[in-house]
Amino acid sequence: MTGEWLDIGWVDEIPVRGSRTVQVTGGDDIALFRTGEGKVFALLDRCPHKHGRLSQGIVHGGAVACPLHNWRISLTTGEALGGDKGCTPVIPVKITGGRVLICRTGALQAAA
Amino acid sequence: MTQPQEHLVVIGNGMAGCRAVEELIARDPARYRVTIFGAEPHVNYNRIMLSPVLAGEKTFEQIVINDAAWYADNGIELVSGDPVRAIDRAARTVTARSGRTVGYDRLLIATGSDPFIIPVPGKDLPGVISFRDMADVDHMLAAADAGGDAVVIGGGLLGLEAAHGLTLRGMKVTVIHLMPTLMERQLDEAAGWLLKQALEARGQTILTEAHTAGIVGDGRVEGVALKDGTVIPASLVVMAVGIRPSVALARDAGLAIGRGIKVDDHMVTSDPAILAVGECVEHDGNVYGLVAPLWDMCRALADGLVGRHSGYRGSVTSTKLKVAGLDVFSAGDFSGGDGAEDIVLRDASRGVYKRVVVRGDKVVGAVLYGDTTDGGWYFDLLKRGEDVAPIRDMLIFGQSFASGGGAADPKAAVAALSDTAEICGCNGVTKGQVVGCIAKGAHSLDAVRTTCKASASCGSCTGLVETLLALTLGDEVQAGPKTMCKCTSFGHDDVRREIVAQGMRSIPEVMQKLHWSTPDGCSSCRPALNYYLLCALPGDYKDDQQSRFVNERMHANIQKDGTYSVVPRMWGGLTSPRELRAIADVVEKFDAPMVKVTGGQRLDIFGIKKEDLPAVWADLNAAGMVSGHAYGKSLRTVKTCVGSEWCRFGTQDSTGLGVKIERMTWGSWMPHKFKIAVSGCPRNCAEATIKDFGVVCVDSGYELHVGGNGGIKVRATDFLCKVATEAEAMHHCAAFIQLYREQARYLERTAPWIERVGVAYIRERIADDAEGRDALAERFLFSQRFMQDDPWAARAGGEEREQHAPMAVFTPLDNVREMA
Ligand SMILES: Cc1cc2nc3c(=O)[nH]c(=O)nc-3n(C[C@H](O)[C@H](O)[C@H](O)COP(=O)(O)OP(=O)(O)OC[C@H]3O[C@@H](n4cnc5c(N)ncnc54)[C@H](O)[C@@H]3O)c2cc1C
Ligand code: SF4
Ligand code: FES
Repeated sequence: MTGEWLDIGWVDEIPVRGSRTVQVTGGDDIALFRTGEGKVFALLDRCPHKHGRLSQGIVHGGAVACPLHNWRISLTTGEALGGDKGCTPVIPVKITGGRVLICRTGALQAAA
Repeated sequence: MTQPQEHLVVIGNGMAGCRAVEELIARDPARYRVTIFGAEPHVNYNRIMLSPVLAGEKTFEQIVINDAAWYADNGIELVSGDPVRAIDRAARTVTARSGRTVGYDRLLIATGSDPFIIPVPGKDLPGVISFRDMADVDHMLAAADAGGDAVVIGGGLLGLEAAHGLTLRGMKVTVIHLMPTLMERQLDEAAGWLLKQALEARGQTILTEAHTAGIVGDGRVEGVALKDGTVIPASLVVMAVGIRPSVALARDAGLAIGRGIKVDDHMVTSDPAILAVGECVEHDGNVYGLVAPLWDMCRALADGLVGRHSGYRGSVTSTKLKVAGLDVFSAGDFSGGDGAEDIVLRDASRGVYKRVVVRGDKVVGAVLYGDTTDGGWYFDLLKRGEDVAPIRDMLIFGQSFASGGGAADPKAAVAALSDTAEICGCNGVTKGQVVGCIAKGAHSLDAVRTTCKASASCGSCTGLVETLLALTLGDEVQAGPKTMCKCTSFGHDDVRREIVAQGMRSIPEVMQKLHWSTPDGCSSCRPALNYYLLCALPGDYKDDQQSRFVNERMHANIQKDGTYSVVPRMWGGLTSPRELRAIADVVEKFDAPMVKVTGGQRLDIFGIKKEDLPAVWADLNAAGMVSGHAYGKSLRTVKTCVGSEWCRFGTQDSTGLGVKIERMTWGSWMPHKFKIAVSGCPRNCAEATIKDFGVVCVDSGYELHVGGNGGIKVRATDFLCKVATEAEAMHHCAAFIQLYREQARYLERTAPWIERVGVAYIRERIADDAEGRDALAERFLFSQRFMQDDPWAARAGGEEREQHAPMAVFTPLDNVREMA
């Protein structure tokens, strides 16, 4: 894995309205989400509330509902929606030729 | 004063190449001498009209854009049927397959795209083609003449056009699509679902989420094999799974390539003498697969060629599906997200779905199905970045409505309706009738629904009825019935009733027919709908994993640190050395930090990592144990006491009965968790009177209790009835569970449900009505035929393996070292 973008795998490997994780050695996982419309987003897999695994939540619209206490976290900004306050780091993602790439510096910053 | 003309050589006689030349001639016909190389043996034709040619609506002659005379009149030399094989940048020449070499001053690459062929076995068999040029169409026409079955791989724009053409030509067509919905890149789920319905109604078979494993045939294609083993017979296979910019030539020449040939705002490549245009280019990170952007590119390119510099700034694209009679439109970004708001209109009876995405008071995306008349208008608002705040309320109703001034206030518009105006189309209720029934005391939506039936069917007039309530009562309006969630104006009971009444079969269908206001629901309604459909269509409904709470998706309980706990089923609370050994082994092997006896007499193994779950299940399965469903909105446990077999007080075999009941009921999904207990005598050691269904054995038979709950709000059971035999006890249990499954709201346990409907009602349905009881029990047992399937076994066998494994591993420290 060299370069600024890390190649993670095929888009199709992430279930629609579901997620997969990237394991980060020595840190929290990164959660990759795919929305109903096929857009892909990445967040640190750690809810700003009590660290629930966002990758295990229900994805709807552009948000994910945390499996522990149902906070809704925006996939684009990482911010808690509704009345809740808190933010999860967002890792830039792009899709090239059907492959999912995440930003290396973004991933490092999130892991730090 | 005749200057020696510069020589412009164009590679690619397609849509972009020729258009660029047309634009150039329009600006300065004398500036360049032009030679065009084309791989196809044709003059320039309109590629997007290949579909009508396939469908028999047009002939090739009718889709020619520039005929031979055009080339001659403009002094253009066309070298057709002779693809360029090499570019020599140093010598400034190109060489074609025939060996012909010509020099250039400026070179324009317009090689378009290559169809993507999925690398499966059999892809090279005769009869497997793509859909890109006239030769492919000729192939399809020949195949259609011979008749038979065709398979189209790919449910995108192109695949659907191929499928449509072949259907019209009399072939039996199956479309295989990898994704859950058709045209997922252009359409959202709701619109994709409508499209599928419409195509199926025309006789096509559409298989979504279908993976092509290979193409079979001896010498020529005979069928397509799917990963699940199905083989679909076919004498023709059309692959329409995508395109890739055709860059081989440019890459060999050493030009900068990304996804396509990299060009600047004037369509100049990394070599200043070489330009590129069309689908083969990448501009500002984007590649395009539609013609509209090509026109913009060609204008900028031609300006550049004559020394003007307008510059291309990228394009926003829209798509219109032109398959006869189906109106589909999509433009821009409709993925929602950051600050985006969806405005959705669903009109089930007209088959119309519209969705406009607004961000910061600007339209950023639109999806229209069934009525696309306003597509152009939305696209225009989008491209111009118009502030739509002033017309926001009307936006979704389209241009004529939104610009209709007078109707600016929806309340005023409703107030202006005459008394005879129809409010509820389903039930034929007029405004006068609705207002009349409100005046007579129906002061809530629910009351209106029950008295005059307005809004009681499809619900699309709910907004109108609410406006009438507000107009008639002013501030007195009472809060309406509790809706299922903010995505709908329907309550749980309405949704359930409509699912059964209208025979709905999928979540998108419910959302469409009941006018959901969000594109794909939320974490409250999706699990509920999934359950309601599962309950209504046992054996038929395909469960939607992504609409399940994590525990049910993972078949284990998520704990606060993100690990899982695993509870194997121990029938009636019984176990054996073999099972205990297997559990002990799992605890050691996977380093589980804790094992605990649960309140329901089972052993709970804590601290299992998500990735280890399949291996844990495999080990437990090997000892004969299945999932305890301790995680599910489902039957959890049947707690028992020791009963007559050992206990000096026991009157009946409570343990044996508990095991039998658990064997009958395990695996069934419910509105909420469900617990059962059987006690051997009135001392009630199994605490049967705080369970959802409890049996207390007595000398003369079995006392049945329902609706108990030991949770936050403790509730003792209500006595249901007494029966004489084990068989009757089990029969009543099955009937009761089914009544609960069919009538309670999702996430409503039996205790609040019974308090809501009254225990008298339950007795009436279960104890007093033998026939009704039989029917309920029969429905329960029928659905159990599909439910009693150990989810662990399938997962341990490798199903959905990917849900447990990370997609990749990132080792930042190594990278840091590598970067240093
Ligand atoms: C069946 C079909 C339906 C479509 N429908 C629509 C639609 O409804 N709306 C829409 O916007 N778009 C549609 N498209 C897409 C649209 O046709 C393309 O976006 C457009 O044709 C791209 O233009 P182009 O010039 O870049 O490529 P092309 O039109 O493909 O032209 C490239 C040409 O270059 C030639 N070539 C390639 N390599 C060489 C070589 N080495 N030497 C010489 N010649 C070479 C090819 O043979 C081809 O003729 C459709 C496409 C197809 C196939
Ligand atoms: S409920 Fe009765 S039969 Fe069962 S263990 Fe207790 S005392 Fe014995
Ligand atoms: S940890 Fe995510 S909502 Fe509490």
